[in-house]
Parts: sequence; C-alpha cells; structure tokens
Amino acid sequence: MTGQPSGVQRRPTGRPTDAVSDVPKDFQPRLRARARAGTVFAGLCFAATLVGVLALAALLADIITDGWHRLTPGFLSGYPSRFADRAGILPALVGSGWVLALTALVAFPLGVGTAIWLEEYAPDNRFTRAVETNIANLAGVPSIVYGILGLALFVRAFALGRSVLAAALTLALLILPVIIIASQEAIKAVPDSIRLGAYALGATRWEAICHSVLPLALPGILTGTILALSRAIGEAAPVILVGALGFLAFVPKGPLDGFTVIPFQIFSWVSRPQVEFQELAAAASIVLLVMLLLMNGTAIWLRNRYSRKY
Amino acid sequence: MNEPIQVPPEPIELETRALSVHYGAAAAVRDVSIRIPDRQVVAFIGPSGCGKSTLLRCFNRMNDLIPGARVAGQALFQGTDLYGRDVDPVDVRRRIGMVFQKPNPFPKSIYDNVAFGPRINGFRGDMDLRVEQSLRRAALWDEVKDRLNASALALSGGQQQRLCIARALAVEPEVLLMDEPASALDPIATQKIEELIYQLKQHYTVVIVTHNMQQAARVSDWTAFLYMGELIEYGPTKELFTNPRVDRTEAYITGRFG
Amino acid sequence: MAAETASFPGAAGLRRRKRTERVIARLLFVFSAVSILTTLGIVAVLLLESARFFADVSPFEFLTGTEWTPLFRPARFGVLPLLMGSVLIAGGAAIVALPLGLAAAIYLSEYAGDRTRAWLKPTLELLAGVPTVVYGYFALSFVTPIIRSILPGTSIFNAASASIVMGIMIIPMVSSLSEDAMRAVPQVLREGAYALGATKFEVAARTIVPAALSGILASFVLAVSRAIGETMIVTIAAGSTPALTLNPFTSVQTMTAYIAQTSFGEAPQGSVEYNTIFAVGLALFALTLAMNVISGMILRRYREAYE
Repeated sequence: MTGQPSGVQRRPTGRPTDAVSDVPKDFQPRLRARARAGTVFAGLCFAATLVGVLALAALLADIITDGWHRLTPGFLSGYPSRFADRAGILPALVGSGWVLALTALVAFPLGVGTAIWLEEYAPDNRFTRAVETNIANLAGVPSIVYGILGLALFVRAFALGRSVLAAALTLALLILPVIIIASQEAIKAVPDSIRLGAYALGATRWEAICHSVLPLALPGILTGTILALSRAIGEAAPVILVGALGFLAFVPKGPLDGFTVIPFQIFSWVSRPQVEFQELAAAASIVLLVMLLLMNGTAIWLRNRYSRKY
Repeated sequence: MNEPIQVPPEPIELETRALSVHYGAAAAVRDVSIRIPDRQVVAFIGPSGCGKSTLLRCFNRMNDLIPGARVAGQALFQGTDLYGRDVDPVDVRRRIGMVFQKPNPFPKSIYDNVAFGPRINGFRGDMDLRVEQSLRRAALWDEVKDRLNASALALSGGQQQRLCIARALAVEPEVLLMDEPASALDPIATQKIEELIYQLKQHYTVVIVTHNMQQAARVSDWTAFLYMGELIEYGPTKELFTNPRVDRTEAYITGRFG
Repeated sequence: MAAETASFPGAAGLRRRKRTERVIARLLFVFSAVSILTTLGIVAVLLLESARFFADVSPFEFLTGTEWTPLFRPARFGVLPLLMGSVLIAGGAAIVALPLGLAAAIYLSEYAGDRTRAWLKPTLELLAGVPTVVYGYFALSFVTPIIRSILPGTSIFNAASASIVMGIMIIPMVSSLSEDAMRAVPQVLREGAYALGATKFEVAARTIVPAALSGILASFVLAVSRAIGETMIVTIAAGSTPALTLNPFTSVQTMTAYIAQTSFGEAPQGSVEYNTIFAVGLALFALTLAMNVISGMILRRYREAYE
C-alpha cells in the first residue's frame, strides 16, 4: 500500500517481507512503472484507432479539393469527351442505375429465398452445412474472379454480350453471399415462439414464414440487401472483365445495350495522365460517395427505425 | 438475550464503517459496519440479492470495475482506508485475493495459471518453487505435479477451483475472499474445498460468501447475516445458528424464507 | 351442423395449400442451388479455360518461371513475378493493418466507453465502405506524391503507395473481427486477472488477447487474403510491370492488376495472351481459397479455448 500512516503498527504476518514496505521479499510490484506503461500503451491504442479516422478524413479532403470545381450540372448531364471541360457522367449514372435495378431484381429473391430455405426448410445435416460453408467461401472470393466467371458465362456462354444484363448478373452473384448471410441473421433473430404460434394455428410452413417470420425479419433483410447493393455499385473489377466501355457516347436504353458505370468511369479517367482527367475522376468519386452515403444512410435508418428487441 | 454481545477478537484485519454501495440509484449495501478478525473464517450469508457479494467485492475494489458503482463510507484494511486517495487498487488486489463462484482458469497451462500473478507482480524468486508451494497449499499438487504443462481447462471443476485458489495464493495475499466458491461443484469437490478452507485459515484471513447455511456453519468462525443490503446480525457462528438474537435471522436460518 | 363448418374451406382448400407449400419448397431449394452452381461455375470456368492455356504453356513453367512477358517474343509465362507483386503488396498492407487493427480492437474492446464506441466504431467501418477505385485514386493522387517527396527515387507507380492505402482499407476488417473475438472472452476471466493485481493494460494484453488469439489470427489471415484479391488499388497505383522484387518503391504488377489490365486492353480472344487471364485467375482463386480455408481452420481448431 502506498503511504501507510505511521501510527499503525505493522502486524507480523510470519512471511518474509521487505524492511521498507509490506511487500513480501520476493516481489517487486513496481506499481508506478506499470501504471505509467499502461497509460502509454492505452494512448497508443487510441492513436491507432485515430489513424483510421484521420486517413478517412484525408481521403475525403483530397477528393473534395481535387474534384469539387468540376461538379457542375453539365458534368452530371454530359457525356464522356476527349475534352475534359465538356466531359460528363450521364451514361455512367444511368448505367449504374440500370445495373443497380437489375442486380437487385435478381439478387434479392435469390438471396432471401436461399436464406429462407437454409433457416426454415433445410434439415440439419452435412449437406446443409456444406452449403453454408460454400456460401461463406464464396463471400471471400476476389471480385475479379467473379468478373472472370461473368465473362465466360454471361457474356460468352449465354451470349449476352458486353451488356448491362451481363454486368448485373455478375454483380448479383458477387453480392449473393452477403445478402444470404445477412438475411439468415435476420431470420434467426425471430424467436421460435412466433413460428410455433403460427403452426399451432394450422399454418403450413410457407404460410407461417410468409405471415409471421418474414414481416419481422424484413427490416434486417432490407438493411443487409441495401448494404450489399451499395457494395455492388462501387465495384469496378468485375465490370472491367465483363466489358464496360470507357467511352460511351450514348445512354443505355435496354438490358442488352453496352454500358458503363460510375466506378468504371472513374477508373477510365484515372488511367489518363492529364490533370484534368484526374480531376474528373475526383468529381465522379464525390458523386459515387454521395450515392453510397444515401444508400448506407437509408439502410442504417431502416435498421434503427424498425429494429425491435424481442 | 442477556449475554453480552460478542466482539470479534483483535487484531482486526478488515473493517467497514457505515459502508454503502449504490449501483446507479439502487442501494446494494446500506450502512454496513463490520469487523473481520485476522486469520479466522468469516461467512456472509443471506438470501439472493442481499448484497453479500457486493460487500465482499468492496474489500478488493472489484466494484471499481462496474460503471456506475458508488461507494460511500469506509472500508479499512489493517487500519488503512482502502478507498483513500493514494491507494492503488492494483496493490490492494495483490494483498487481498479473490476466488470466484465459477472456476475461471485462464486458457493456459496449469503452471502458467499459477505463475501469472507472480509474473505480473514482478516475482524475483524461484518460480518453480513458488508454483509448487501454491499448488501444495491448495491441496492440488499431488494431482497435477506430473502434468503442469497441460491445459488448465482439462481439469475437473473441483480441480479447477483449487487451481484458482492456488493461483490466488501464489501472490502471497494476506486475505482470501471467496465468493460462493463451491456452489458450482459436486459434493465431493465441495468437501475438499471446505477442508482446504480449514487449513488456509492458519495463514490467511478468509471471508466466504455462501448461500449454503450448513456450509457456513461447518466452515466459519464468525457469521454475518445480511438482508436487503443491511447487516442484520453478526456473531460467532455457533451462537448465530443456535441462538440468534434477531427474529429475521432466526426466520432465515429456519428456512422460513430465502 | 353444416353451417358451422362452412367457414373453413375443407379438404379442397387444404390440398391447394399443401400444393403451394410443395411448390414453394422446391423453388426455394432451386434458389439455394444457385450458390452451389456459382462455385461449380467458377471452378469449371477457371479449369476449362486454363486447360486451353496449359495446352500451349507447361504448368511447370507457369508455376516456377521467373519472367512474365506474354507480349514479348519469346514469350515467357512464369507467374512468380505476379505472385511476388501480390505478396509484396499484401505483406506491406499487413504491416500497416495488423498492428493498427489489433491496437484499435484492444482500445474498442477494453477501453472505450459505450459513448465513444458508438461513433468510433461506425467511423472505422466507413473505411471498409469506400469503393476501392476511390482508394486507388487516393493512392495515386495523395500518397504517392508524399512518398516521392520523402524518397525522390520512387517511381510514380509503386508498391508502397498501394500497400499503405490497402492497409488502411483493411484496418476495419482486422479491428472488427479481433474486437468480436476479444469481447467474446467471458468477463469472469477479466475479473480473475484483475483480482490477481493486474493493471488494465496487463489484463488486456496478457489475458484477453491470448484468450482471443484464434479469432485474432483468423482475422489476420482473412485480411491478407482480401489484400491479395483486391484489384483496383493495385491496378491504378502499383503499376503494370511484372517484377520479381522486394523493393516496394518500384513499379510491380499483381495477379489481379494483370487480369484487369489485360482485359481492359484488347487482346484477341482465344489467343494465348487472352488465356493467361484464366490461368492467373486460377492461381489467384486457389491462393485466396487456401487462405480462407486456413482461416476457418484456425478458428475452429482453437475455438474451444476457454469453455
């Protein structure tokens, strides 16, 4: 103990102690040094956490200062051009919109359906566990490998060509594991009593799911889906493989049209050495980040608004 | 009723004066004053939620770890206020050890479990000897001496709890606080722990929280009965159990509530 | 009597509901099969298309050759320079992300109060949400000039810049998974360590981190796997010259960058150059799959650690 009042008799404990303090002879607790070391390391850990935050701030500052002045209405409504001052991202915006819609249309039913099957229908056997392991592995496959798959399967084998649809299908496969896992979590969170209540009233399994489980799981499912889709519209690698066009002079009008998306446009501009194109890339990055902010914000709002504690 | 109230013998190792503990707005311990004598076994009994564990944890400042816990009044160790401004809880915890309800060995070897405390506290002597001494004092040495490098989690529940006792003893505490040490164990393991407590009191002051009254009667020299955070009665164990002074004590002991 | 039961559809209705049930069950099963088909598809595409490549180029040369020059004459197809590029950059990213991520996890798990966590953790997660193409821009326009001002010999396209930015990108992965592992350690273990007279940092570093080690290591392996599979940062910032080198201040090419840059260019379909995409893709897939499986094995093998 630090600072024992001098009036108190030190009681013999029968164990060998240091003459100076109560510490048994063999110990060297070095309290102050350890406390100091603890504070220093805690400070380092906090600093480490801040590094990430600061890096994010630097990134945002960099993009905004580089690209802000290029964010004109002309930019948002124009077409790519050899002349940087006339270049715009309209085809990329529309393309991203198309891709987002088609990807959602394909991935949502497939993903949620798979999650429902895994959670509500599948027996608990090795096959089911293999399916789940497979999905977990798919989540870790590099996005460019999905691009290769999309190229061989959708562009060539299905003969969809380098089209919006091929890109959407490829991205759908990419985000499918994410949607499945998020939906599974949401469905798992619904307590069994809800299902049992429906069964007890004579509902079939699908009826129980449709009317009792899904409504409760839906906010979580939607949140996970929106987050997955926001990942999809930020992807460039699979899109490169599937054949986005860097210089698209028209706006895609159908699913089989040629296309470009915003991340690809950014990549295309970054690859040019001229400063003006770098600035265009920065401007397009701002647009992309705003889109992502809106999507993620919606997802989080959904989660906070509708998440219930059972 | 006419016999004089007995006081615990000097020297007094631990003492509280009007100690209160609040978690937020709720009072877990109210205005408790108790004196715990050196090298005796004192048991805290009472129904669930009566504050006995909270009171126990005041002595080694474990309540500091709970956000929102406020301590008022005094808790003294050998005359010094445990909550004084220049008192380091880290130091307190080396001198006042604790054994928990559920055995909580670290996921390390048996040897490393016992050596953990000494290593942290800058032990400079012969570690092998220290580990052996501690395991002997916890009556575990013979059972594990051939497998000190095996994982502590491979031991049975009773052995794990004795390992936790050995681990606590390895830092040479003066007091051992035991929070329902046998409640998670089977009867045979419980008996071994109780025998161990009887031996430990030769060297250490032991304060044990238990919800098992028979255990308190078997093991302790003094018993304190707590109810709803207040100290209802405190006296020599034999007296408290055969001739309690307060009605509520008698009601609890005879099983009318609890 | 008949009137009382009239409100229930009776046997015909039940049959219809049961038929719907069967149809839906089969439909959902088919949906689930898509995930299996995806894996089969990936494996089939990579193997079949690579087979065409390996008809022209020996696998031995591919796996052990130290030069990658598919467009020169004579063409060399040793994948080691590309592999080296991937490993070099992933290694650099690991040097950045693993210590910072683990330190952040320790802070978030053991030190940060609930209010601090409420804003700090999501902010860190934002790092994971930034599209990699934007990171690539950041690497080229911000990080590279800084590196070049410190070390003037650095080329415009270099591995260090990509490594640093990629490291920043995977910090949340390490910190999030490690933090989960650390918070899963039971509170009684912490109390046991405190009760022996340990300081807060000693509890965190000497009890919690060792107890959560399997989860922490698994997160490390997963993060490195992610770094190896990442495409856009390296394509934009690291360069397009394959080089068997450990020097991070020169231009290198990773497996992923090669695939992206080759298909961005216009190699004629069916040619050997074109087929290299699939061969390199196969190598990439095999490597990341192996790492993911190892990560899972680490997690499972040591998970029983403290129960």
